[in-house]
Amino acid sequence: MTSETPSREGHSLWQANYQSTKTIETIVRILCGFFAVISIATTAGIIGTLIFETIEFFNEVPFWRFLTDTRWTPLFASKQFGIFVLMSATLLTSTIAILVALPLGLFSAIYLSEYASPSVRKIFKPLLEVLAGIPSVVFGYFALLTVTPFLQGVFDFIRTPVEIPAWLNFLPFTNYYEPDYFLEIPFPYLEGFNALSAGLVLGISITPLVASLSEDAIYSVPQGLRDGAYALGATKRETIMAVVIPAALSGIVASIILAISRAVGETMIVTLAAGQNPNLGFNPFVPVMTMTAYIVQVSLGDTAVGTLPYKTIFAVGMTLFLMTLILNIFSFWFVRRFRERYE
Amino acid sequence: MTSKGITETQPPNPILRAETKFQPNLSKRYRIDGIFQTATIAALSIAMAVLAWLILDVLISGVGALDWQFLTSFPSRRPEDAGILAALAGTGWVMLLVAIFSFPIGVGSGLYLEEFSGDNWFSRFIEINISNLAGVPSIIYGLLGLTAFVFILGDLTGGRSILTGALTLTLLILPIIIVATREALRAVPDSIRQAGYALGGNTWQVIWSHTLPAAFPGILTGMILALSRAIGETAPLITIGALTFIPFLPEGPLSPFTVLPIQIYNWISRPQKDFHDIAASGIIVLLVVLLLMNSLAVFLRNRFQRVR
Repeated sequence: MTSETPSREGHSLWQANYQSTKTIETIVRILCGFFAVISIATTAGIIGTLIFETIEFFNEVPFWRFLTDTRWTPLFASKQFGIFVLMSATLLTSTIAILVALPLGLFSAIYLSEYASPSVRKIFKPLLEVLAGIPSVVFGYFALLTVTPFLQGVFDFIRTPVEIPAWLNFLPFTNYYEPDYFLEIPFPYLEGFNALSAGLVLGISITPLVASLSEDAIYSVPQGLRDGAYALGATKRETIMAVVIPAALSGIVASIILAISRAVGETMIVTLAAGQNPNLGFNPFVPVMTMTAYIVQVSLGDTAVGTLPYKTIFAVGMTLFLMTLILNIFSFWFVRRFRERYE
Repeated sequence: MTSKGITETQPPNPILRAETKFQPNLSKRYRIDGIFQTATIAALSIAMAVLAWLILDVLISGVGALDWQFLTSFPSRRPEDAGILAALAGTGWVMLLVAIFSFPIGVGSGLYLEEFSGDNWFSRFIEINISNLAGVPSIIYGLLGLTAFVFILGDLTGGRSILTGALTLTLLILPIIIVATREALRAVPDSIRQAGYALGGNTWQVIWSHTLPAAFPGILTGMILALSRAIGETAPLITIGALTFIPFLPEGPLSPFTVLPIQIYNWISRPQKDFHDIAASGIIVLLVVLLLMNSLAVFLRNRFQRVR
């Protein structure tokens, strides 16, 4: 046998060491598997810590008080734990944000995918991705120190009485001060911290995300579908509204839900611009405190482990986690249910 | 002219006229089309205009205080003396550790899911888990870091230290790196793997010598983008208790620290206008760092694509 294969004996320096390569492969495979398990451990860690501290919290505060109290004052002497106070603020800022981001993002996506020339698209597509990466603390600066003073100026301008000729006194909101008539619109006063500018800037901050992801979905609709609609005599807008958007719907909805869950979990913009006052209600002109802003407020103070304030941030975190989890699950379900597959 | 004449002289088709209510009404439809197109252009313009306003506003407020003294001073109670040296050093330390931790873990997880394991229940479970993690708000990771790294593992990590911050941010950006790694690996044509197997390599040898080098630019781009996400994160680091006033340089991974976004947050939340202006200067530094990282990612992508 050795005489038949001379190259195995001394003629070649190369020796295949099968055993060691097999060992190395096994080690690498196990190591990579271990790394993959870290992500499961992260989820388990998040859920575990949240559940553990939340149970500790509900050992001290009855669950019904968490749901029915109308104030949120865990740091005061008379403690109240109405989570809906914080939830209403989060819902308020997120709703304003989505009202901004949905039309701006979706229409930008339609423009870039359907109307823009390839060179314009080539510029704006990476630009959107860069803008989506601007840190939220920068938007917080913008909301608190630029947008709020600007909006205050606008509000003051609208509220300022305007002198009008006497024959216009049939208009609503006219008042008579000696010797003239004035048009005086009862416009609200915008406070230095308010949900309005926080929500508006939050919306601008998630617009690039909505635009970029929706554009991916719209752009990947096959050209054949558009050609079919044109062949039936549809105009470009009719094609987009009746064919392209429905075909891309699962991707668009997924991007919007991702943006909503970003808005709900966003911290720095609302902490800086919306204020630290837990107010129940949906008035966008006064300071409010979102769930994330509360967690930051407690974290900035010196809170020891095991104290009640320490446990409240986990109860609030659990609520936040559940809200985003529900949004994620809905997104999965929707994409799975409504996805259109094209070859 | 002649064709128009023909249509005019033809008698109207009685059947068509009786049975259909269809009206092309083209002029009205085209008008709506025009309005719609204008609206889409307006949407993009408004979004871009507001973002341009944001950047101009930061530049105008911040460029005045931006000088060498600002980059090399510690925070101070007087805005004209304050600087970002401690925050820059903290950000540098945290990013270095995040890169060291997250690169092997993220790439390893991606390799496991894409190359080692088939399509079994375990890999599907990890996959669902990763896409869920990507949707968890960053402040929740802060709560995890507070419990796991500050209190439970506090003796190892030194409590509210650079190491704790780096570990928390590593967990935060892992999903991004894993997804980017998988996409880069998926983009490698199967023929390259088959060439490796044809030479007698086993799975790991083929990955090491063929698949990874081909996928590396994509992985590196994803890695840089993930790090640029981590560099701007404020909320999780506030939650684990990074300090805001650090008048010294961190000595090592177990030292207390602050980072750029937290220093900026601290300056914004003060009432004096001078602090707001140096916050804008800090933002300019942060945005320049981010821009450099993004350009590096784009540059790497283009360069390696051309070589291949």
